[in-house]
Amino acid sequence: MGTLDLSIIDWSRAQFAVTALYHWLSVPLTLSLGFIMAVMETLYYRTGNEEWKRMTKFWMHLFAANFVLGIAGGIILEFQFGTNWSNYSWLVGDIFGAPLAIEGIMAFFLESTFFVVMIFGWNKTSKGFHLVSTWLTWVGATLSALWILVANAWMQYPTGTFFNIDTVRNEMTSFSAVLFSPVAMSKFFHTVTSSWIVGAAFVIGVSSWYLLKKRNIEFSHKSILIASVFGLAGILLTIFTGDSSAYQVAQKQPMKLAAMEGLYHGKNGTSLIAFGVLNPEKKVYNDSIPPFLFKMSIPDGLSWLAYHHLHAFVPGVQDLLDGSYLLTMANGEQIKPLTTDEKLTFGRMSHQAMIDYRLAKKDKNDSLMSVNRAIFDATSPYFGYGYVKTKTQLVPNVPLTFYAFHFMVIFGGFFLLFFALLLYFRRKIQNMKWLLWLGIFSIPLAYLTSFSGWIVAEVGRQPWAIQDLLPTFAAVSNVPVSSIKTTLTIFVLIYTVFFITIVGVMTREIRKGPESIK
Amino acid sequence: MDYAFFQAYWWFLVSLLGALLVFLFFVQGGQTLLYTIGKTEQERTMLVNSLGRKWDITFTTLVTFGGAAFASFPLFYATSFGGAYWPWMLLLVCFVLQAVSYEWRTKAGNIFGHKMFETFLFINGFGGLILFGIAVGTFFTGSDFTVNKGDLTQLAMPVISTWHTPWHGLEAVLNVRNLLLGFSIFFLARVLGSLYFINNIADDMIVKRSRKQVLRDAIAFLVMFLPFLVWTFFSQGFAVQPDSGVVFLEKGKYFFNFIQMPLVGLLFLVGVVSLLYGIFLGAFSKSSTKGIWFAGIGSVLAVLTLLLNIGYNNTSFYPSIYDLQSSLTIFNSSSSFFTLKVMSVVSLLIPFVLAYIVYVWRVMDKKQIDKAEMDEDNVKY
Ligand code: HEM
Repeated sequence: MGTLDLSIIDWSRAQFAVTALYHWLSVPLTLSLGFIMAVMETLYYRTGNEEWKRMTKFWMHLFAANFVLGIAGGIILEFQFGTNWSNYSWLVGDIFGAPLAIEGIMAFFLESTFFVVMIFGWNKTSKGFHLVSTWLTWVGATLSALWILVANAWMQYPTGTFFNIDTVRNEMTSFSAVLFSPVAMSKFFHTVTSSWIVGAAFVIGVSSWYLLKKRNIEFSHKSILIASVFGLAGILLTIFTGDSSAYQVAQKQPMKLAAMEGLYHGKNGTSLIAFGVLNPEKKVYNDSIPPFLFKMSIPDGLSWLAYHHLHAFVPGVQDLLDGSYLLTMANGEQIKPLTTDEKLTFGRMSHQAMIDYRLAKKDKNDSLMSVNRAIFDATSPYFGYGYVKTKTQLVPNVPLTFYAFHFMVIFGGFFLLFFALLLYFRRKIQNMKWLLWLGIFSIPLAYLTSFSGWIVAEVGRQPWAIQDLLPTFAAVSNVPVSSIKTTLTIFVLIYTVFFITIVGVMTREIRKGPESIK
Repeated sequence: MDYAFFQAYWWFLVSLLGALLVFLFFVQGGQTLLYTIGKTEQERTMLVNSLGRKWDITFTTLVTFGGAAFASFPLFYATSFGGAYWPWMLLLVCFVLQAVSYEWRTKAGNIFGHKMFETFLFINGFGGLILFGIAVGTFFTGSDFTVNKGDLTQLAMPVISTWHTPWHGLEAVLNVRNLLLGFSIFFLARVLGSLYFINNIADDMIVKRSRKQVLRDAIAFLVMFLPFLVWTFFSQGFAVQPDSGVVFLEKGKYFFNFIQMPLVGLLFLVGVVSLLYGIFLGAFSKSSTKGIWFAGIGSVLAVLTLLLNIGYNNTSFYPSIYDLQSSLTIFNSSSSFFTLKVMSVVSLLIPFVLAYIVYVWRVMDKKQIDKAEMDEDNVKY
């Protein structure tokens, strides 16, 4: 048996983070550029204008170079659940595996089959069939996002499941509860629509560069127009879905919300931090050091965001860990959630019940079995708390979550303004150098904003791999740290080579420009 | 339809995906032949482009194979991937390298040059195939692991699956039978690769060399595979007592499985014959391009039935030689009844998926690849 080397957890997490990060370099662009070029090809199909075809093909080249990077990263993410998170895979594979399998059957084949037609089929298929293939490639990509986000959402809010003491794992009880969980829906729409911003920024950035170089003028204006309409739709939907995400977080992961806002003590009518600087001196959640050096806030904003009620109580970190409080729901109803101490007790009880149940089973002692089963069934939603030693383990990294959240929201505001400006000035932007430069810088900004969203979602939910059920440190595989370090190094090396290559390939294609396309 | 039916059904599907994957490994096999069959830059371009329209289906099949295994046999997924860490990880690395290689290889902005990406394709072919074969070999030869679900409540060490060698799966390389299977898969994929070229490319030199190559690799394949087969048939197999679930060693288990499941056994024979006929067409026919179909269907059948052999008829498909009673069967490692049912509904989509893949391939392959197409300044790899 022995003891688990705790650095296994850090290295496994590092490996997951690095591989996910590389994967996310590609995905948002696939989800968005796929749509933009499908629109362009539709215009070609309807007008027969060769210019649209050239535009489609140009963006398609960039799409393809990026798409394969996503495939390279995705395979690791999928198998990594087994290789590095084997306990997790067993404990929740019954629920978590299904969306992954469905993703393969429903989405990946669609994507990869029609990708080939899209790239090589220009002269081999009819115009109509080709157009359909381009759309299907995008549909496949978006469907794949749906399934993987359903899986991710389930980790944040495990619903439609029960913990089976006999098989020692969580089992699915309702597929529709998993698929249509409110967290899954807000996550899917927020992730997909926010990705549109990335593609829009990409097209705008590249086109701005042409305009600065005074080449491909017509091409660039048209591309910017399509991209800004798409981007504006994207950011409006992002704000809307971000708001519902925040509402879901407040209900299902109040600790994450507290970390996002650097909130330690809640009150009725909590304000939303618009901008703030955290106090680096604050080390422990219950010390007396004030959390902020500086802040600007919107009165009652957080209560509204979190509970859609101006005077709702929003619990802070300390309320969640040490206190008990009343929650006001949107309809004014008040409820009293479990305290952390209660959850910790339940967690320990469920562990003990499982141990006793298994002993009783060995001894074939039916009455003892049924007593322990009853205790387990009542307490197992908090099974994960049985692993928690101190309350401080339950606090995620507040500064990282806080800054990432505010970065995301502030740049959400920026992109709203940005796309609106482009649509307002239209062709005049040609002479507005600063705006064109801003266009170029909007590419990295969009990626960073998107990344920070993931930091909020994934750092903010720590220590949980599955909310309340399984902390990350009980989810790992027992693989030597040296092995994980080695594979991580291999991945970093490979991905670095890939990153250099794709930047080279893309820059070169962009320099060559649409005029090189026959 | 009871729980056992769905467990068997999902083992069938996972095995089918595995079997299709082995057929689709013609891409990997072909990659190892780029310099053997392609003597000029232009010939290699044709080979790469021919494979380049198929590689992502192979890739997707691998990913779906993993996803399906995760969803239907999570205890296998957890134990094998988390335990035999190294072979699986290295296998993945081989595929990561492949994913970008076709697309980026000849791009003007590729600062590393096309040779590097061709090397990646070679690594993917060689490493991917052999590692896959070795990993599947352990399904017959066993591994060193234990599963103890009670460990979940051991706070200091809650991991339930434990691997008992410090090599974390690399030890499988030292097992001759695993190696034989590894190289069997490797040479089989090369046979299929050559047969695919014969079918897909209109170029006399390429076809001529491919036909020669079919024979060479087929001989090597038989030299590797026949000993594996005979050895496996007549050595100890991992049998399960149906009522108690107790695992025990039984001599000739895998041979008797074919006898006791005559349909499976018969299909295995049909598969082998079809494979041999495909090889014959490829190596000796002057004009037939159909070898790939016979060999392809043959290898799908053979692999499928071999996997059914170890899943069905009270057999352990992922045995542990460290602790026999930790061995995995389709019954003790599967997902719940409910989940298997839900996914079975989704699996009804599979025929449609196969149908559109076949349709698209027919459209795209209507005309064979030739030099003229490569010279057109069209999109190409
Ligand atoms: C402007 C207002 C925005 C709000 C209120 C908002 C809100 C949120 C919230 C609450 C989460 C965490 C969800 C969870 O943990 O389950 C989140 C995650 C995320 N956000 Fe935003 N966001 C906004 C803008 C943006 C923008 C502009 C982007 C990208 C360009 C973006 C990209 C993401 C991504 C990729 C995630 C991770 C996936 C997910 O959990 O949905 N967000 N956002």
